[in-house]
Amino acid sequence: MRTVITRRLLALIPMLLGITFMATMLMHLAPGDFLDQVRMQRDVDPDYIERLEQEFGLHNPWYVQYFLWLSNVIPWDLRSDFGYSFHYKVDVWELLGQRLPATIILSLTSLTFAWIIAIPLGVLAAIYKDSVFDRISSILAYAALSIPEFFLALLALFFAARTGLFPLGGFTSTEFEFMSPFRKFFDIVHHLVLPTIVVGIGSIASIMRIMRANFIDNIRSEYVTTARAKGVPEGIVMFRHVFRNAINPLITAAGFAFSTILSGALMVEIVMNYPGIGHLVFHALLQQDQFVVLGALVMGSTMLILGNLLADIMLAWNDPRIRYD
Amino acid sequence: MTREKGIFRQVLERPLGLAVLSLLAVFYLVALFADFLSPYETSDQDLQKTYHPPTSVFWKDGGLHVQRYELAEPQEMVYRKIEGEGAPIRFFASGYEYRLFGLIPAERHLFLVDEPDRIYLLGSDETGRDNFSRLLYGSRISLSIGLVGISIIMVFGFMAGGLAGYFGGIWDGVTMRFIELVMAIPGLYLLLVLRSTFPDHLSPAQIFFLIVLILSFLAWGGTARIIRGMTLSLRNRQFVLAAEVLGQSSWKIVWKHILPNVFSYLVVAASLSIPGFILGEAALSFLGLGIQEPSASWGLMLSQAQDMKVFMLNFWWLLLPGAAIFVTVIAFNVLGDVLRDIVDPKQKFLSR
Amino acid sequence: MAKNGNRNSSSTESPSPLLDVRDLVIEFRSRGETNLAVDGISFEVRKGETLAVVGESGSGKSVTAMSLTRLLPEEPVCRISGDILFEGRNLTRCSEREIRKFRGKEIAYIFQEPATSLNPVFTVGNQIAEAIKLHRPEVNDVEKEIIRSLDLVKIREPEKRFRDYPHQLSGGMQQRVMIAMALACHPKLLVADEPTTALDVTIQAQIMDLLRDLKQKLAMSIILITHNFGIVSGFADKVIVMFRGKIVEAGPTEEVLRNPQHAYTRALISCIPRMGVRQKRLTTIDYAELEKAGDQRLTENRNNGANTVE
Repeated sequence: MRTVITRRLLALIPMLLGITFMATMLMHLAPGDFLDQVRMQRDVDPDYIERLEQEFGLHNPWYVQYFLWLSNVIPWDLRSDFGYSFHYKVDVWELLGQRLPATIILSLTSLTFAWIIAIPLGVLAAIYKDSVFDRISSILAYAALSIPEFFLALLALFFAARTGLFPLGGFTSTEFEFMSPFRKFFDIVHHLVLPTIVVGIGSIASIMRIMRANFIDNIRSEYVTTARAKGVPEGIVMFRHVFRNAINPLITAAGFAFSTILSGALMVEIVMNYPGIGHLVFHALLQQDQFVVLGALVMGSTMLILGNLLADIMLAWNDPRIRYD
Repeated sequence: MTREKGIFRQVLERPLGLAVLSLLAVFYLVALFADFLSPYETSDQDLQKTYHPPTSVFWKDGGLHVQRYELAEPQEMVYRKIEGEGAPIRFFASGYEYRLFGLIPAERHLFLVDEPDRIYLLGSDETGRDNFSRLLYGSRISLSIGLVGISIIMVFGFMAGGLAGYFGGIWDGVTMRFIELVMAIPGLYLLLVLRSTFPDHLSPAQIFFLIVLILSFLAWGGTARIIRGMTLSLRNRQFVLAAEVLGQSSWKIVWKHILPNVFSYLVVAASLSIPGFILGEAALSFLGLGIQEPSASWGLMLSQAQDMKVFMLNFWWLLLPGAAIFVTVIAFNVLGDVLRDIVDPKQKFLSR
Repeated sequence: MAKNGNRNSSSTESPSPLLDVRDLVIEFRSRGETNLAVDGISFEVRKGETLAVVGESGSGKSVTAMSLTRLLPEEPVCRISGDILFEGRNLTRCSEREIRKFRGKEIAYIFQEPATSLNPVFTVGNQIAEAIKLHRPEVNDVEKEIIRSLDLVKIREPEKRFRDYPHQLSGGMQQRVMIAMALACHPKLLVADEPTTALDVTIQAQIMDLLRDLKQKLAMSIILITHNFGIVSGFADKVIVMFRGKIVEAGPTEEVLRNPQHAYTRALISCIPRMGVRQKRLTTIDYAELEKAGDQRLTENRNNGANTVE
């Protein structure tokens, strides 16, 4: 097991090198650079632009820029430097750190929301297969999988505006700073409700479908007959024997969900003006703030690969048949 | 062999397949005749009638009339009906010029009203353009992007997957590592990075093909993997070995023996990615990185609905393009599932 | 027919049987089609007695075994009629809750595929413990009881093995675990549904030896379901032969083996590979011929209205 983890972690390194190299190349294929905006202003002194170019290393060819960035990232002196945001004039790591909590909170709430709703629904649909409930829930799941997330976000905003029940996007109210700790907590929860539902609905549908299919597969297994033949009550057969087996593929799904924590809510963050990583990356791309994009890509891809690894580890832990040694 | 019957026939024999195909057939007909069916061009503005609600239609003096409205509260964009006043709707009247199917010059339209009255079946947007006409024109983008996309995916998916599976070795290793690399980048991030690589100001056709190419680049990996897996199992089958023994060239074997055997899977695997194309284009255009004004695309039309005014003043008709995307994507999802059930009922190769 | 019916008349005077099945009919329904799986069979099993039910797949023998404690799908899909008397209680009239008390406690099962019949995600001990906790709440030291039951089926180092997961054991060991699990609650009747079919030949012999041993040690009744006449001799006291949902022949094992009456029984017996006999091909059953012979006999059975043993 340990060797597998080590091997997978080592495989992460060439992967990240490839991704960042590709990303740098792509961004330099794009016309212009971050200073274009400044250059367009006629009253700015050319010397000043020259100085900025020197400062950001923009006159170097792109591959030199990449290796400069890389040599800063590799922690020779035990600290990684992911560069500097041109736009916000702060350290990339610090900037990502500021936006990270909002994204992680949203991901966790929507995941919890999705799992709590989807698993019982999937189990019920499987046990009462072909019933009215099963039919309706699978049609709804189909609909949920086909609706564009940003459209759902728009509908949520529309709902908030028409009813006035929820705030129109954002993470906190403007008067957040002056609230008591309790009010602050409530304020964040209030802002989180709609984004959580919007991000969660797609996962509900897919988790439910996976759960239903697995559960049905497992109900037909022979160990179910064995358990019944032992005199185990039907409820325990379902929730002890079948459930433990049917949950396995969902553990993979959980790992995958973890991997999309950073990037999964991109569209929703943009539409609902939610100050998370996705929001940041989008605007950084528009402004060609390259080190922010590179930093976020490294983080996002690392999470994706770690998430898959995590899924494999959890699967091995839950299913005794799988051992990597 | 049931396959002799043709996939298309089998889809039609299933109630769900038939329903979805008929729905899509109607959609494609509408897209094809969009210029004939729409009363206005996509860029036809009327700044006197911004955010106009859908106009009602009534019967009077032996003909259909469109209700006339007046702007009651300019601040809030509230329009009020002028009782009893309307403009007659003229059918098959001549309006703006267009080329039917892009070839035949024409100027007839299904219905029109005389200026200065306007018919807004589905309301107007922030510059008084007809939402209905723009919705029809926008369907052309969403309905064609998937078809163009899957043809690209089929070519690249088969070339990469089939060759990787058949020749193995370095070619296989390089292809699969590259696919893994692409798949390790969060999809939307990659989509945005790739889009930002190209200049903003391109012709509409250029942008369309650019988007198709980028989305194909994101989606071909899955198809290539499926085809590779199937080719790996095919290449040790008797008929392939026999062809090898007979001295046929590798290219010929791939072309004549492998391709026909994986073709139906190739089609279905590729068609499963159509919804991805529609959603991808909509998202890009919504963010302002796809189809540009004054062209119409459903995603682009929705970006107007981000305005606070739309929410606060209840301009619900501006959300209709979202419903259109939704219905189209459902239709293609159902079609994909029906196709998969026919080609791979046990979901051995084509699972989601 | 009269020959069959009279053959065992000598044993009818003994006390009331442990299991008495009368006119059992099992029907399956799917998409409006009704399929008669078992067509009015009757048989009985006495205390300490071993009955072998022999027939090919689809003959209705497994379905019969499952129907005893109603392990088949529920009403609309599957209909059971007739009487199943266990120690005088009619199991067909029991509620779902009542019949659960018989499952595992009075009538226990072992199945054909030990690999898939054990739940892969629980340890062996855990699965045996489940049965003990259900039916023997008086047991305090469950662990000791598990080890005892594993010891009974001759598993070496039971105190270590009971922490294993099913996949860590060989097929033979898995089947021993199944037997231990079945016997953990001291059932009066053990139903062994093709217990050796999925196993290697050498392991088959071991498992049959073990079952023979346990039968003597525990004085319980066994119903052995099999398609293989080879394992019946020397194990079962009496045999019933099933063909397409009906009993075509019944009687004491030795007698049926020595002097089979029905063409189908003869065909099944001739399928046993014999030591020292030179055979170019394995014997197969010629159904066309059987149909001719069988039809006659089956109609005969129906006319007499007695498809009954004992």
